[in-house]
Amino acid sequence: MIEQSASSTLSVRGLCRYFGTRVAVHEINLELKHGDVLGLLGPNGAGKTTLMRMLTGNLAPSAGSVEICGIDLLDHPSEAKARMGYLPEIPPLYRELTVSEYLEFAARLHRVSNAKIRFIVNRVMQRCALNNTGKRLIGSLSKGYQQRVGIAQAIIHDPDIVILDEPTVGLDPNQMHEIRDLIRELGVERSVIFSTHTLSEVESVCDRVHIMHEGRTVFSDSISGPKQNELSLGEVFVRVTADTGNSASF
Amino acid sequence: MIFIIAQKELRVLFGSPLPWILLALMQLVLTWIFVAHLDTFLQIQPQLVKIVNPPGVTEAIIAPVFAMAAILLLITTPLLTARLVAEERRNHTMTFLISAPISISDIVLGKFLSLMAFFSVVIALVVALSISLLAGGTLDFGLLLSNVAGLFLICACFASLGLYISCLSAYPAIAAAGALGMLMMLWVLDLGADNDKDSLTRNLSLLQHYENFNRGVIDTFDLSYFSLFVLLFLVLSIHRLNRERLHG
Repeated sequence: MIEQSASSTLSVRGLCRYFGTRVAVHEINLELKHGDVLGLLGPNGAGKTTLMRMLTGNLAPSAGSVEICGIDLLDHPSEAKARMGYLPEIPPLYRELTVSEYLEFAARLHRVSNAKIRFIVNRVMQRCALNNTGKRLIGSLSKGYQQRVGIAQAIIHDPDIVILDEPTVGLDPNQMHEIRDLIRELGVERSVIFSTHTLSEVESVCDRVHIMHEGRTVFSDSISGPKQNELSLGEVFVRVTADTGNSASF
Repeated sequence: MIFIIAQKELRVLFGSPLPWILLALMQLVLTWIFVAHLDTFLQIQPQLVKIVNPPGVTEAIIAPVFAMAAILLLITTPLLTARLVAEERRNHTMTFLISAPISISDIVLGKFLSLMAFFSVVIALVVALSISLLAGGTLDFGLLLSNVAGLFLICACFASLGLYISCLSAYPAIAAAGALGMLMMLWVLDLGADNDKDSLTRNLSLLQHYENFNRGVIDTFDLSYFSLFVLLFLVLSIHRLNRERLHG
């Protein structure tokens, strides 16, 4: 693992997805290393969710390749998926299970051995501040707790890459703060990709920014990039996404 | 992996009142039929003794109970299968399963297995009912076994068809209605066939194949019909879910 710390965890080349003639994602290239936190920005309908669904094997790309820690996602889906955790926009929760039942199921699905399950579930519950909710039904939890359970299932198997689709939507400011801390903490040893509409969130958590517009990459840089040019991220965002005339013309 | 999915399905299923209500009601109805047949049998028994080679209790009581059990299960299966995939879609949990390092066939087979586990409980209860006759006589265990095998196979057919219909929809109610309609159709398909042994509709009808098992005849044609039926709909389910991933 130490050796891997600088090696690439995610490598995306020329990823495209078309729905009929509509272009959802076009020619996306991404390279992530251990310890990278990438913020995925873009107006609604820019293709962020489609991109994330392709990265996690929920949608087959029309063209291009995805490699997770050097394993091709399309050729060896199981091995690749085992190194990845995904929280979709709507947390995929079974309302009729208790928190610990659900997390045990998630751990089993990710091939955690029986002997380690209890330990791992306890650890992840501690990490996501779910300590006293183990016996509660997921359906009875508040939105903030449900979101934490969603994050817990994404990181339960110690994945190399964690992909979170708008993890802070609908949370109160305190909960947002906690989730941001958690993302920062995850980013120490893993690669994290998360999408959001809150620019300040990206500035406080990420070290890289990727802005998409109409399915294309319109901006990709480290977070310090815009600052060097004395531009705020907001200015960059408005500039690259308002420019529809140019990006849609080819 | 298949077992992990099946275990989760059973946990979710038995966490709701539905399977308990179904088990109780089915057992109530079957016991009622059982008692009614037992009563008739006891009434006509003095006359039966006079016939050469009279029908035994297994033929007169147990076989009709099994025949009725198949029809009850035909009606209740859609209630159980409808939620399998449709509800996962509705609750957005399908993503969770697909993002996990398991294949689509694991998901489909796990769900199918969970239904078969439920049906095994139903069948075990019917067998328990039949075995109670041992208190007052002997049973034809060969006939009983053939009935059990037949009921198990026809349940597998109901389950695989219901599962496939559930894969087509995001609304459990629609999946239930669809599966019920298809199963009913397969039940009454042979009505127009009269006694023509080779008619197509007769050969396609599910219940027609079950009748042989019900009479104690295990025919390879029936066996292959049931196996192909199950296989076809399981493959179609896997294909359908895969297609979703490819076409979005």
